[in-house]
Amino acid sequence: MSVVISLTDIRRVFTMGDQQFEALKGVSFDVSSGEFVAIMGASGSGKSTSMNILGCLDLPTSGRYLLDGIDVGGMTTNQLADIRNKKLGFVFQGFNLLARTPAVENVELPLVYAGLASKDRRKKAMMAMEQVGLSGKENNHSGQLSGGQQQRVAIARALVNDPAVILADEPTGNLDSTTTEEIMGLFTSLNRQGITIIMVTHEHDVAAYAGRQITFKDGRIISDTQTIHTGKTA
Amino acid sequence: MNFLQTVKIALRALRTNKMRSFLTMLGIIIGIAAVIAMMAVGTGASYVISQQIASIGSNIILVMPGSTTSGGLRTGTGGAQTLSSDDAKAIMADCPSVAYAAGTVRTAGQIINGNLNWSSVIMGGSPELFDIREWPVVNGRPINQQDEDGAIKVCLLGQTVAENLFGSADPVGSIIRIKKIPFTVIGILDRKGQSPQGQDQDDAVFVPLRTAQRNLVRSQRSGIVSAIIVKAKSEESINKAEDEIKALLNQRHRITNSKEPDFSTRNLSEILAVAEQSSKAMSMLLGAVASISLIVGGIGIMNIMLVSVTERTREIGIRMAIGAKKNDILLQFMTEAVMLTMLGGLIGIALGAGGATVVSKLLGWPTMISIQSITIAFFFSAAVGIFFGFYPAKKAAGLNPIDALRYE
Repeated sequence: MSVVISLTDIRRVFTMGDQQFEALKGVSFDVSSGEFVAIMGASGSGKSTSMNILGCLDLPTSGRYLLDGIDVGGMTTNQLADIRNKKLGFVFQGFNLLARTPAVENVELPLVYAGLASKDRRKKAMMAMEQVGLSGKENNHSGQLSGGQQQRVAIARALVNDPAVILADEPTGNLDSTTTEEIMGLFTSLNRQGITIIMVTHEHDVAAYAGRQITFKDGRIISDTQTIHTGKTA
Repeated sequence: MNFLQTVKIALRALRTNKMRSFLTMLGIIIGIAAVIAMMAVGTGASYVISQQIASIGSNIILVMPGSTTSGGLRTGTGGAQTLSSDDAKAIMADCPSVAYAAGTVRTAGQIINGNLNWSSVIMGGSPELFDIREWPVVNGRPINQQDEDGAIKVCLLGQTVAENLFGSADPVGSIIRIKKIPFTVIGILDRKGQSPQGQDQDDAVFVPLRTAQRNLVRSQRSGIVSAIIVKAKSEESINKAEDEIKALLNQRHRITNSKEPDFSTRNLSEILAVAEQSSKAMSMLLGAVASISLIVGGIGIMNIMLVSVTERTREIGIRMAIGAKKNDILLQFMTEAVMLTMLGGLIGIALGAGGATVVSKLLGWPTMISIQSITIAFFFSAAVGIFFGFYPAKKAAGLNPIDALRYE
């Protein structure tokens, strides 16, 4: 399978005044297309920093990051915005939907910035809504949806532009255990359809859904394990 | 990201905080309404002035006799009988910058038609007078050179006189008596309205100059006129014409440097230009006051936009994460600010126009709302939005997506 993400010796140094803090101390790993990867680690381990770099929200101080074959290093902020728009889908812990905006328009948002015509946007958004099992809820505002449903809208928004990778940052952090199962089931089934997912979590049972767990500690990878079977079945 | 989409997003953002949006707009609404109302009053006033200028006729120079002393008593300007019909003819013939010159005499008296009578101004004037004052005859015929040369007893009536002596009947051809002397009415003059001094210009009767000199006014010599009205060839030549007239009359009246001139000239358009200028200065002043309120309103917009950017930091983070570029965010907040001010501008235009109409109805002030002032107000309100919306929008666009996403 083709490599979607390739990190080589990624370092990230934050400078605060005259203090320097190395959040990532040489991280290298590849993710192939169709993988479901869980990134684990305690807070301060560097998992969020690596997620920001994977999400093209931040650039590494040194090292090489190839996303879908494109070298992200040295890109301008506008180019990075373009890459985020076309190659990545984001799912956040706090859902991060726009308030007082119908679900379907939230899903359409990446396509708005991609410059798609309104007709095509609506069509693709409706398909993504169907993929996450929310047909019929298109016009509900986020206030009229449950937490699980809101996260489904967020997942639909991440899916809508056919990204190379979906990046999920603690996607079940704000959900109860039943809804967590429901959302992880959705991720698993999307992964089976061939969608690459990278997920940050600190919960082991959530990480168990992924086929591969990468654990961070003090800015380094301390373990990278593959499970043949893709975790629990939904 | 297309423009329509940006506008839609901006409108939604404004709708979510209706009360706040309205209060923010209020400054602009008041400012623009004030600008529109002030400009309406100012334009109305200068329109009236320009109408009055047109009613006198354009490029007019008035030549008046000087004062005279008899038995130690000095009369005021115009008291002497130093100007004559021949002076008027000479001005017209010898001054190259002069188009027309007409001698006039002026008196007042009772005018009688049957059992109706009316006291009015009686003007004697040579036929050129009506060309100078651009005053056509609407019914009947004007005074012509034969009337003048023959000192025929014919007259033209102003509208007010015609109404008071004839009511709705047609006066042309009737015989009326002016100072007990019978005159044939040959025509009715067009309605002229008020003079800049507020006199009813239609309350007058016109007779040929020589007729008036012989029958209606008393003078020491024949051919004396009480004033000469001159029309310069163009607006540019009006000062030159004045100089030519002075030189010619100095020569004709044998005025040397040591002798006071026995006449004076007045340039009427100049007087009116001053009046117009003062009305312009007044509306400029009011405009400045209105502009200050617009600036205050603009600062209000900036303040609220800054609050809005802080409140919506997370939203900005989301938008950036899923692909919004700096310019998209900048444009989004700029559009919001401009929509606020333009909407405020539109409401202000409506209010200002309404206010001006009410003022003109209640106080009887002439007001005019020009398309130009509406256009200026509209674009000015948009400019206020651009100017005061830029800083908050720049701040929003400069946010770091990682920090923005984490913002609580």
